[in-house]
Amino acid sequence: MLNKQGRQTTPNAGADNSGPAGGYATIGGHKGLEHEEPLIFEQGEPGRCGVDLPAPANVAERLGGLRRKGAIGLPGLSEPQVIRHFVRLSRKNYAIDMGVFPLGSCTMKHNPRLNEKLARLKGLGDLHPMQPESTVQGALALIDELAGWLKTLTGMPAVAMSPAAGAHGELCGLMSIRAALIARGDARKRILAPESAHGTNPATAAMCGYTVDPIPATADGRVDLEALRAKLGPDVAAIMLTNPNTCGLFERDIRQVADMIHSIGGFFYCDGANFNAIVGKVRPGDLGIDAMHINLHKTFSTPHGGGGPGSGPVVLSDALKDFVPLPYVIHDANGYRLVEQDESGKSFGRMKGFHGQMGMFIRALAYMLSHGGDGLKRVAEDAVLAANYVMASCDDVMSPAFAGPCMHEALFDDSFLKDTGVSTLDYAKALIDEGYHPMTVYFPLVVHGALLVEPTESESKDALDHFIMVLRGLAERAQSKQAADYFHGAPYLVPRRRLDETQAARKPVLRWKPAQDNKAAAE
Amino acid sequence: MRYLGQTAADRQAMLAKIGVADIDALFKDVPADALNAAIELPDHRGELEVERHIGALAARNLSPADAPCFLGAGAYRHHIPAAADHLIQRSEFLTSYTPYQPEIAQGTLQYLFEFQSQVALITGMDVANASLYDGATACGEAVLMAQRATRRQKAVLSGGLHPHYRGVVETLMRQTDQPYLAAPMDAEGNEDLAALIDEQTACVVVQNPSLFGHVRDLRPLAKACQAKGVLLIVAVSEVVSLGLITPPGEMGADIVVAEGQSLGVPLSFGGPYVGLFAAKEKFLRQMPGRLCGETVDQDGKRGFVLTLSAREQHIRREKATSNICTNSGLCALAFTIHLSLLGEAGFTRLAEINHAKAVELAGKLDGLKGIKLVNGSFFNEFTLALPKPAAGVVEALAKKGILGGVPASRLWPGEKAAEHLLLVSATEMNTEHDMSALRSALEEVL
Ligand SMILES: Cc1ncc(COP(=O)(O)O)c(C=O)c1O
Repeated sequence: MLNKQGRQTTPNAGADNSGPAGGYATIGGHKGLEHEEPLIFEQGEPGRCGVDLPAPANVAERLGGLRRKGAIGLPGLSEPQVIRHFVRLSRKNYAIDMGVFPLGSCTMKHNPRLNEKLARLKGLGDLHPMQPESTVQGALALIDELAGWLKTLTGMPAVAMSPAAGAHGELCGLMSIRAALIARGDARKRILAPESAHGTNPATAAMCGYTVDPIPATADGRVDLEALRAKLGPDVAAIMLTNPNTCGLFERDIRQVADMIHSIGGFFYCDGANFNAIVGKVRPGDLGIDAMHINLHKTFSTPHGGGGPGSGPVVLSDALKDFVPLPYVIHDANGYRLVEQDESGKSFGRMKGFHGQMGMFIRALAYMLSHGGDGLKRVAEDAVLAANYVMASCDDVMSPAFAGPCMHEALFDDSFLKDTGVSTLDYAKALIDEGYHPMTVYFPLVVHGALLVEPTESESKDALDHFIMVLRGLAERAQSKQAADYFHGAPYLVPRRRLDETQAARKPVLRWKPAQDNKAAAE
Repeated sequence: MRYLGQTAADRQAMLAKIGVADIDALFKDVPADALNAAIELPDHRGELEVERHIGALAARNLSPADAPCFLGAGAYRHHIPAAADHLIQRSEFLTSYTPYQPEIAQGTLQYLFEFQSQVALITGMDVANASLYDGATACGEAVLMAQRATRRQKAVLSGGLHPHYRGVVETLMRQTDQPYLAAPMDAEGNEDLAALIDEQTACVVVQNPSLFGHVRDLRPLAKACQAKGVLLIVAVSEVVSLGLITPPGEMGADIVVAEGQSLGVPLSFGGPYVGLFAAKEKFLRQMPGRLCGETVDQDGKRGFVLTLSAREQHIRREKATSNICTNSGLCALAFTIHLSLLGEAGFTRLAEINHAKAVELAGKLDGLKGIKLVNGSFFNEFTLALPKPAAGVVEALAKKGILGGVPASRLWPGEKAAEHLLLVSATEMNTEHDMSALRSALEEVL
């Protein structure tokens, strides 16, 4: 049966997720453990409430006459209703705790529960950010200790703790570079970045007023040094280079890159999203970089939480170490101090409320303490080993984009799907039915139909072997002409099948509206 | 090492499959002298040791659970329902990623849709995004958006705007040499921002209630903005106030940014929090950050996807409306769960309780030993003018085990007029006993 997009709604030989059970559709719409769940707005009653609050004291109101007049329109639910709602929603998600989550560039590793417990400790999780310094010495010590680990692991002299995520770290790094250039009386205009760069790199450069000049890659997936040389000039503020790069490869000419950019008085910003491949084993500071953000939510395992929060501290070289955001922690004879006002005249100012993502700092430090220096080195080794193992186990039926060895990610292009009628997207969607989250697809942009697999060190060999069996099986299945329809229709065994993104963008419905509004809109 | 699953035998087998002799062969592209650098760090530890280590750091802090706490200034101590903290720790929420594969992320996508709906409702705006990092960065993004939408440059910043919000805006403006006009500190809540608007003005940013607690009718300012094609950005640093106060949207705001921490998110020494961002529909395509939208799947069933991503960095790169990628998803979930538990009745009542507590506390302190209440209006936070510099008073109170408020001088350093001002907030967490303790402690230290 074909639906209106010409896609098969049931697989030739697969199970049917939408159809009848033993000849009947379910009466109520649920399917076994899988529940259909309406919006909270569709199940509330005005009279219900999921919390008990005492009546407020009777006081003379002091709202300046601005008390809200009408109702807000929030639904009322009891606690069991709320719990059931969110538990049912949770069951429609894939998660690392369920299986391999090989989403390249995202480092979906195990999230230890110890770290959740520690982030909630009394005296940490409940601290107010504006408490007097004397009452938060332990918190400031914790930030300082984490900073120490980050400096030691990267071999860099300073670290800015404010940034809230990787992209925010990029912003911090570029603002630091800009401040250093301005201090020299030389603001400059241009940032060089490889074509394979993550989208946040050019977007960040633009926020700082820079134009972005792309550098092409060589046939083996690294920065083309000759092309880079040709782009150098006195107006170049910095190069933004990811290392290991977004193709999962180590930039083996990294020191030449550093020398080249330094020779024209520019700075080397390293995107450290892929630090997991070298943590504990290689110090970026030994390679000539000036600034690098570290996604604590990648390498140091603070949970991604369905899209955040994260944390993106930025390590800085001697040349940049004074050009930092506010605030920062220092240690002197009187203990720890939180410096909230610029004392050196060199800070570029504030980039976030309060003092950084403390909840993530606690988790990241617990992760580091648990692993120790020895364990972190093993993290890098096992992550790289796992990616190379996937690559070596699939290279005869899939198509590695570049010759190995790779770092912690195995990158394939879509040439193994050539003439099959199956696209990278179809292949990824078929993985979903097999119980896996797909790899990152169509990134990096420099590789046609890219499939970027990052297994991480968290996976046992058994788990990898099963995953490899599926990768291979699907690659082989794609070769049989009859299978194209099956791939086009995938996934089948999910709460929702492929979603109509065109409709979502063409007629945006971005919120629930009360019924009368909907009617009014329709008229 | 409890988190690592490869045995020595596994590793050997994997290396053999790869066809290399040892692990370092896989690192052959690293300059040889940089590989296996000696990194001096302690060895791995068990759970118990790590718990002891971090527990000892926690023990060196004064927990607000052990001290009457009246601190606010953009972060507020509220009760978090047990259900909220439990639900956000479910594996399927905690350990999932940004919902790039909607078929297996409907849970995240549906709560984001609910979050966006709640934010739009409480702010009185048409649309909201799926969160930004925090209130301060949301404020920065709002100014950048106003510049894009108006094709003008100048931002006018209220003297009642939280200095952290103001600081973020200023930092961003400096990167591209954009002009901004930061009004002088407005502790009294009577500045005239309309007078500062001119032909170059892109936006006016005003906080309500202001940093000093004043609740203002923004309608006259909104009118003045509208007349000159200027966008009115309203920042809300205490989102519980929206349970009781006329929403910014109803007063004519074009963009509303808020700190969502007060609902479901622990204080955690300042982060992670959750930035709320809402706007009028006509600015939809200028908005920063992710948006979740409703659609149908291949079988015609309702479902949700990330949408309008042609605004975002991964598609638009240097032309994107923002560089944001990772946002504050799990905090947005905590917000949504807490607000779902509260519902209309609970949210309103929570706000009423907060206001009543603050009115009560202000009554207890105004006039005591030369203390003067600065505010005519306030929600759950107000400003006191003390007979002595507030920073010293706060230290003295801390020595007595009371977290008595935020000295304005910490936020407006060097500003003479700030020296004696103390910001004091009261929430449902403050008991009668807390308030009496603050009163008697102030009596002693003043
Ligand atoms: C290579 C690279 N750079 C930067 C980022 C942005 O980091 P964040 O999402 O933490 O802002 C990412 C995240 O996906 C990335 O993979």
